[in-house]
Parts: sequence; C-alpha cells; structure tokens
Amino acid sequence: MATTNQGQLTTPDRVENTRSAPTFLRIINIALLLIFGAIMIIPFIWLVSSSFKSQNQIFQYPPEWIPNPFQPENYVKALTYKPFHIYFRNTMIIVTANVVAVVLSSSFCAYGFARIRFPGRDFWFGVVIATLFLPTAILIVPNFLIFARLGWIDTFLPLTVPLFFGGGAFNIFLLRQFFRTIPEELADAARLDGCSEFGVYWRVMMPLAKPALITVSIFTFLNAWNDLLGPITYLRSTENFTIAMGLASFRSQTDISWDLQLAASTAMTIPVIILFFFAQRYFIQGIVMTGLKG
Amino acid sequence: MTNQTYKRKRSPVNGLFEWYNNLSLERRRTIMGYIFIMPFILGFLLWWLAPALVAGYLSFHRWNLISPPRFIGFDNFERLFSDPLIVTSLKATFIYTVTSVPLGLVFAFFLAVLINTKIRGIAIFRTIYYLPTIVPFVASAILWAWILNTEFGLLNAGLRSLGFAKVAWLQEPGWTMTSFIIMSMWAVGGPMIIFLAGLQGIPDVYYEAADIDGAGHWDKLWRITLPLMSPIIFFNLVIGLIGAAQEFVRAYLITGGGPQNSTLFLVLYIYRTAFQSQRMGYAAVLSWVLFIILMILSYLVFRYLGSRVYYENPGE
Repeated sequence: MATTNQGQLTTPDRVENTRSAPTFLRIINIALLLIFGAIMIIPFIWLVSSSFKSQNQIFQYPPEWIPNPFQPENYVKALTYKPFHIYFRNTMIIVTANVVAVVLSSSFCAYGFARIRFPGRDFWFGVVIATLFLPTAILIVPNFLIFARLGWIDTFLPLTVPLFFGGGAFNIFLLRQFFRTIPEELADAARLDGCSEFGVYWRVMMPLAKPALITVSIFTFLNAWNDLLGPITYLRSTENFTIAMGLASFRSQTDISWDLQLAASTAMTIPVIILFFFAQRYFIQGIVMTGLKG
Repeated sequence: MTNQTYKRKRSPVNGLFEWYNNLSLERRRTIMGYIFIMPFILGFLLWWLAPALVAGYLSFHRWNLISPPRFIGFDNFERLFSDPLIVTSLKATFIYTVTSVPLGLVFAFFLAVLINTKIRGIAIFRTIYYLPTIVPFVASAILWAWILNTEFGLLNAGLRSLGFAKVAWLQEPGWTMTSFIIMSMWAVGGPMIIFLAGLQGIPDVYYEAADIDGAGHWDKLWRITLPLMSPIIFFNLVIGLIGAAQEFVRAYLITGGGPQNSTLFLVLYIYRTAFQSQRMGYAAVLSWVLFIILMILSYLVFRYLGSRVYYENPGE
C-alpha cells in the first residue's frame, strides 16, 4: 500500500476508513482475485506445458503439468510441418500494409472530422458511426463478387486495399477523439507561419497524435494477425496462406497430433504477448478511449 | 525551351490555386473538409454501398462461382422458407447471443470490481485477467478444443477428480452451447477494462456522501455505481451483441457447426453456403437476414434500454 500518497496527509479520515473498516471485504476481495486469476491463467499454462510434452504424456490420465520428457523439438516439427516461414512473410506483408493504410488514411479523415467545420460533416460522421455498428460479416459474399470481377482473388489486395479508404470507422472515431483534444492555437500558429491545411495536419497534428497512432497501429496489427474469415475467403493457394490459415489447416488434418497443434498455437501467440508487454499502456488507452468517449 | 514547357505545365495548377484563393473562407473550408474525408466517402461507396447493391443483385440470381450469375426471380427467398437449416442456425445464433452477452457482461463487471482495488501487485492481476483476450482466435480455439476434449481434456480431468462424470463438451449437442459460452467468458478483457476505467471515473464524493447517509455496499452499487455506469454498460452490451451475432472462428475450427448442427451459427452457415456449397445467391439472401436481425436487435436495445441510460452531462 502506498504510504507517500499526498492525499493521505490531507484527508486522514478517508484513509482510516479504507484501511481498517472493510478488512473482511478486503480479504474476500483478495481471495477472489487469486481464485479468478488462477482460472484465467490455467488454460494458458496448460497450453504452454502441453506444447512441450511427448505424444505419450499428452494422452495421460490424470494429466501432468510438467512436461517429461521436455520436448522443445515439438516447435521445430510443428513449424516445419507446413511452410510457416512463408505464412509468416505473407502475414507480415498484410499486417504492414494494413498499419500503413490505417495510420495514413484514418488520421487524414479524422483530421477533417475533428478540425474543419463544413456543411455535411455531421452527416458523414453519422455514417462513420453507423458503419461502426454494422456487422462486417454480411459483406463477405457481395465483396467476393466485386473482388472476383477485379481479378483480386488469391492476392493480398482484398485484405489490404480497402483499408486505404478511410482505414476503418473505429480508427477514424478514435483518432478524431484524440485530435479534438489538441488546442486550436497550435494549428493557428502554424497557419500564421504559412502552413497549409495539409501542413497543419502533417506537421502539427500527426506528431502530437503519436500515442493515439501507436494505439491504432497495435489494434490494426492484432486484427490482421488474428483474422481468419478474410484470408480463408479471399486466399486460395497455399503459398499465399497467412499464419492463422496455416494453423487453421492443422485442424482439418487428422494426422497432426495435439502436441504439434498446441506448439504452433503457442508460437502464434508469443509475438502478440511480447507486443502486449511492451505496449500495455497503449492497449489500455485505446480500449478506454473507445468505451468512455463513445 | 524547357522553361516554357515547365510554365505551360504549371499553369492549370496555378489557375486552380488562384480560383481556390479567391473563394470565400467558408467555401474554402468546405472544399478542404471534403478533401480530408474523401477517403472515407469513397471507401463507404466502394466497400459498403456497392456490396449492398451487389448483395441485392445476387439475391435474385444463381451463381456458383464458375458460370455467370443467372436470374432466378424470387427462388432464393422461397428457399429461405423451406430451409430447415436456417431455423437451426438462427436458433443457435440467437441462444448464443442472448446468453453469452449478458453473462459475459456480468462477469466482466465483476472482474472489473475485483481489480479495482489498491493493493500491491494489482497490475499483475490486471494483466493476467486481460491476457486471454489477446490470444489469437485461432490459437485459443485450438487450446479450448484441447481443454474440452472428452477423454484427455483438462476440464473433464478436473471434474473427474472432484467425483463428477465426464462430459462430452463438444460431441453432445446438449452441451455445445454451454461450451461456447464458457469459451467466450474466458476472454472478456475488453469490456472488463472499459468497466474498470468507468469505475475509476466515478468521483469519490458520491460514495462519501452515501457513507454519511448510512448507505450499505449494496445500496451504493445499485444507486450510485450502476446508474453512473449505465452508458458504459450500454456501450459494452451493443458491442457484445454485434460481436456474438457474428461468431464464426470457434465454430468453424472446433465443431465445424456440429454435432447435429447445434453450433451452425449464421455466419458459418453463410460462409458454407457461399464457398462450400457454391450458392452465392442464397448466401447473399442469408447475409440480408443477418443484417435485418441485427438491425431489429439494435433497434430494440436502443428503444428499450437506451432510454434508461443515465447521462451525467446530457449537453456534452
């Protein structure tokens, strides 16, 4: 418990209140924290532990937690069973294109919605909000026809190009909220110095919006990394598969054992976990911004 | 010579600049505004409006992805009323949505209250509670298929050690919905963090005033916390409903819609109709069904719950 909190010095009554009175509730709170913490993390530990087990041990009852023998070679087997290095490259191409598209396009639109007053703006912002609440799954079938006509099936184009047009309602919304918090005086000062509207956007707003842009990039990365419905709809040949598709194709093959499936699953999760630990602040900020200011 | 061509090329652009600079401030602002939001407008026309029209077109056609679409009138709609799978699929989607979303919200709220304490190491708990949410869908689907395995799964091992009989979580049609709800409850980190931020945004003075009035914990929850949180609860509810109605990855990977079509959620049925049965026209009709259902659901939620939401600063 923090003891150097200034608030405690000025309002001693309240401190006493929180510290001594509800001790019973506090114990229950901590007990529940531990119980549910265990429930949340056990599947996780189970995933990692099973991924290192031998085939024999994985089918053992009662189950054991410590892999014995310890088999890191499960990972090598799983990741070479299919050409995961190619899937990784494909996924990274799609992810990178998506992040670039979102950062450029959604911030550009968001600037218009946040900082310029013009007739029709509120109508179009209403459209942004409406698409936020429309289920994207309903578009799969008609979009397939459109992309088929364009000759884009089995290319990365259906998974990347649409994002250059606005970058998604969610991102426009989030960046607009952020742009609105930047004082107009900064933009005015730049305009006095001869900056055009594009200059204000690119030289004043974009550098200041860096935290929000990182947040948006992280969620875009995760969406592209995790997406399955998009890739299985538009990609056909195995050399174009993404990691999610490669892992999903494990499921349809009965000859791939559980230890390998779980090793590949862990491998797909690790980059995301690393990202999460480095950028936790931006995760939380992004979630909170959408939820509270909506 | 080079100078001249340079000049000639520049002149229309210069003219445009001149024209623009002579406009009134208001006009210029309007043009600028539309330039900035143009990507979104184009995107909306290309990837929302055009697909909607295409879906309308496909609804009256038969298209198997190979030969060109053929006009068949209302056949796809007639089929809708004689298709037993659409009933199964709607039922599964509906039951899953109306059970998993409220249960998930209550659970997320409960967890948010738990992690809204000031003890040492609370950041670690917050991380642990949020972690399941960032596991990629495909990876978590495989993990859960393994945990729910009847013979070797962790859940049944736990149940058996407590003296219960093992359950065929994914093979017994009566249990699959429960399994899917359990899986969805594991990853409620998103709404949980939003609730947590909301809880932290409630000023202490309200609780202090309630203390003076002698209010108990229960009173404070029902009369202060929940009313003040109602916009956030409402937001999480709407987002949750839209997400649950589009459930796809788990059903596609774990059960494949089975057993006995008990997990044939609507999006999976649409996907199968379109890309496995190659009936794009009928799949377009099914997409319209999903759209209409979600619109009705949103309308009902806004109509009956939206009016009960309490806004502290309605002017904002």
